Amino acid sequence: MTTLHAGTAPAELLRPVEAERAFRDPFEPSKRSRATAWVALFALLAAFPIVFSNPAVTSIGVFTMMFLVAAIGWNIFSGYSGYVSIGHAVYYGFGQYAVALLIEHWHVTPGASELAIIPLGGIVAAAVAVPVGLILLRVRKHTFIVLTIAAMFIFQLLAFNFAGFTGGSAGTNVVSPPWTGTVFNLPFYYIGLGAAILALLVSWGIRRSKYGLGLLAIRDDEDRAKGLGIRVTRAKLIAYVASAFFVGIAGGLYATFVGAVYPQFAFDPTYDLAIAVMVFVGGLGTLPGPVLGALVLAPIQQYFYIQFGASTLYLIIYGILFIVILLTLPAGVVPSISDRYRSWMASRQRRREEATPTVGGAMPVTVPAGPVGIDDGGAR
Amino acid sequence: MNLLEVDEVTKAYGGIQALAGCSMTFEEGKINGLIGPNGSGKTTLFNVMTGYERADSGSVHVAGTDVTAASPDQVFSLGVGRTFQLTRIFPRLTVVENLHVASQRDGGWMSEFSRWSSPSEKVRSKEVLDFVGLTRLAAEKAGNLSYGQQKLLEFACIMIARPKAMLLDEPAGGVNPSLLLHLGGRIKALNEEEGTTFVIVEHDMEFVMGLCDKVSVMHQGRCLCAGEPETVRSDPAVLEAYLGTDMREVAR
Ligand SMILES: Nc1ncnc2c1ncn2[C@@H]1O[C@H](COP(=O)(O)OP(=O)(O)O)[C@@H](O)[C@H]1O
Ligand SMILES: [Mg+2]
Repeated sequence: MTTLHAGTAPAELLRPVEAERAFRDPFEPSKRSRATAWVALFALLAAFPIVFSNPAVTSIGVFTMMFLVAAIGWNIFSGYSGYVSIGHAVYYGFGQYAVALLIEHWHVTPGASELAIIPLGGIVAAAVAVPVGLILLRVRKHTFIVLTIAAMFIFQLLAFNFAGFTGGSAGTNVVSPPWTGTVFNLPFYYIGLGAAILALLVSWGIRRSKYGLGLLAIRDDEDRAKGLGIRVTRAKLIAYVASAFFVGIAGGLYATFVGAVYPQFAFDPTYDLAIAVMVFVGGLGTLPGPVLGALVLAPIQQYFYIQFGASTLYLIIYGILFIVILLTLPAGVVPSISDRYRSWMASRQRRREEATPTVGGAMPVTVPAGPVGIDDGGAR
Repeated sequence: MNLLEVDEVTKAYGGIQALAGCSMTFEEGKINGLIGPNGSGKTTLFNVMTGYERADSGSVHVAGTDVTAASPDQVFSLGVGRTFQLTRIFPRLTVVENLHVASQRDGGWMSEFSRWSSPSEKVRSKEVLDFVGLTRLAAEKAGNLSYGQQKLLEFACIMIARPKAMLLDEPAGGVNPSLLLHLGGRIKALNEEEGTTFVIVEHDMEFVMGLCDKVSVMHQGRCLCAGEPETVRSDPAVLEAYLGTDMREVAR
């Protein structure tokens, strides 16, 4: 008969460990170097249209910013919660129509005051996302995907059929600002960049908050998350609405920049494919993933669109790329690279430790190079 | 005082009567064992008690509060945490992140948007990780842990919320002997230092008999008998339920 007492655990299991080191991921770049990288990236983006002022290039830049905002926004919901939406074009559409119609109905003078309407595109999209989200989020992940696309088509049909309000298939036009030449694209570009920075700050804030941790827990095991006291419905809805807001901003930007809104381009079924590919390629559910994905893929997509727009060839390329990425790097580029980097660092450290025996305390940090610790005797 | 009370609970899955009028009480501050052959309804009882399943009839009370129709988060907020027969951790979160999912969710609306890794919370999670001996793996993805380590992590995830009661479903399953000894020590320590009540479903008789103050035996969805380990071990009905297995043999 064995009696158990608090102190019966083998001493080896309770070996004291340095507190601080345990909580830091030894292979993660420091806070400062990460912040520097972000600042450098956005400084480059800010300088871009000044260096490359050709309107054909800055126009691609504006579209890239639209995708950047939308991809970061989309990732806040779909990336963190694991609920993949392929119907966020609903909010792209609402953003476009809200801005176009408000400009029309309020007789907004073409120019800077039109741009001031763009945030309303986000707000209207977010407002629509509350009831729509409450309905769609009643179902779990796979069914949810199907419902999102269904909702998207419902709204597209509504936009076609409420012609008195939306202009139907003839679309709605926005009178372009009276700017000319190389500066025309700049305000749109910088509004997009500003919105992207805001989206990124929100995404970052969520990722490090208790709330965001709850979203990630929902992604991994929703029932368990609920069982640990997370209000799952509320958490999902908040993220859904936040992501709709940023996609709505992208829509508003599109409406004012392109100057025309049509149901099939506003509630565009391929829009979510484009966004999803960008986020998956970059790294679903990571902070830099959508940024990387959008900055690399949006210009390529835009270029293909300009070259072969009518043939929708770019969609075929996109579809193939999506499949290739899912098969080869299912976690996306950013997580895969960081995994490789970690294991490379770990093995390098191991080799260094083996080469220099730890005598005299002159050794630098010694960190376990993998899941070591309590051995369970091969139970797994 | 009885912290957990189950009264005449029934639960059927199609033709299978998983719980058939099960009544049981678990006293506050005690380490309770819950044993019984496979399929006798132990896991189902846990599910009903913690809101993961709804009883067909009967009632469940936690410290006097009726939780028969409560949801898992409501039961959890009453201070009843549980683990699962098949471990449920969040595989793509790190070990520390796993801990913080459960910790301190009572600060109201705004606190939700504060950092999960505040210094005070770090101290607490360090304490808990030290307690279960997983500190070295803090920054590792939970899915990379071995099964036994995941069992410990799941235990720690509940523990960090300082529940009044912890319901452990086969904590020793797939865990090697030295780790099991460690786990038993942790349970005993928590019970003595924090007064945590335990209900432990376990097939390892040595583990159960050595650890528990009281043992309840389930058979075919009912409570067969309950009492001190010594009494239960020699109960003829229990021997019968275990199909003639001599418990004295098993427990020796
Ligand atoms: N979700 C379920 N669906 C159908 N049958 C179930 C379910 N859960 C449990 N059962 C059945 O209920 C009975 C009791 O199961 P369980 O509570 O898991 O037993 P134990 O944990 O004591 O081994 C078993 O016959 C099992 O097959
Ligand atoms: Mg069971």
